[in-house]
Amino acid sequence: MSDLNALLHSRSFVELGARQRAAALLDQGSLRDLLDPFARVKSPWLEAQGIVAQADDGVVVAKGSIGGRPVVIAAIEGNFQGGSLGEVGGAKLAGALELAAEDNRNGIPTAAVLLLETGGVRLQEANLGLAAIAEVQAAIVEVRQYQPVIGVVAGPVGCFGGMSIAAGLCSHLLVTREARLGLNGPQVIEQEAGLDEYDSRDRPFIWSLTGGEQRAACGLVDAYLADEVSVIRECLLQTLEQPGEALPRSRQYARFLDLLARFDAAPQADAASVRALYQGDQA
Amino acid sequence: METLSFAFPAGLPASRRAQVGCVGSGDLEVLLEPGQAGSLNIQVVTSVNGSAERWRHLFERMFAGANPPALNVDIHDFGATPGVVRLRLEQALEEVSDV
Repeated sequence: MSDLNALLHSRSFVELGARQRAAALLDQGSLRDLLDPFARVKSPWLEAQGIVAQADDGVVVAKGSIGGRPVVIAAIEGNFQGGSLGEVGGAKLAGALELAAEDNRNGIPTAAVLLLETGGVRLQEANLGLAAIAEVQAAIVEVRQYQPVIGVVAGPVGCFGGMSIAAGLCSHLLVTREARLGLNGPQVIEQEAGLDEYDSRDRPFIWSLTGGEQRAACGLVDAYLADEVSVIRECLLQTLEQPGEALPRSRQYARFLDLLARFDAAPQADAASVRALYQGDQA
Repeated sequence: METLSFAFPAGLPASRRAQVGCVGSGDLEVLLEPGQAGSLNIQVVTSVNGSAERWRHLFERMFAGANPPALNVDIHDFGATPGVVRLRLEQALEEVSDV
């Protein structure tokens, strides 16, 4: 019965839209939108290509607090153009992080939370999107010197392309079972490697390699969480309270390069062989 | 892609604004802002060409003779069915209503 009760009272995070996600994780009533949809700062490139633009370009950026600590939060709307980042959305994300950096330089300990639901750069905006993602990455590295930059990949879109590198730069990364994290998206790999090697429609196979559970088992993320608003918020509270002293993963590149050098790429990689590689290293 | 405009008689301006939905497959984004007393202006940007009649019928069914609040409505549509459009509009209207 208690299970049924828990089920009836659970609140899925994955099912929420970007703004709802941001509001659900911040202290109640603390969300202050920066460039809300009514500012109508939308992509100037999509309509010229016959694509309907969204008023906030699919990126919600806000200031607020979590457990009373100041944060900037950015949430990408995965349902708009696959969460792709163009010039405007990318600039909003980078700008939010730069605000956090500025706060810290002025003695305000603002942390950053990034809700990543993105296929990476928006192909329709090509280099402008890429440039924006580079700015996002630089800003993450700057802010994480002062305060945690916590990435959350909840799914169902996952986090791919240049933004998967951004996720890798975060000081902390949280995932759910629904999440996927990888440099190239499944369809891109299928197109390059062929259907025999990588069938993007084989969902169990895709999640076994890039899903949240696998990434957690390989130690590539910091927490593997249930799809439940309160659980994710609790983890954010704890992480902000006790960020720990671990070196960011991107500073541990020597260890990862060594793993890569030892990996035998001749046989087809599967979930077990990849886990064995990472876990052998941790033991 | 098409941009369409519609206008209907309305009552007093709504007291706040609202945003609902998302420009995702089969969905739409609706932005409501208080308008000038007496008029409801709607601008639709839709990915579906040749759908002006369908939008007109839908709005007439909802607003003609219903004395809606005065609003400027912006719709960014990504192929939503009339049922979804109506649902989103009612959701947004509920958010700006004073009840």
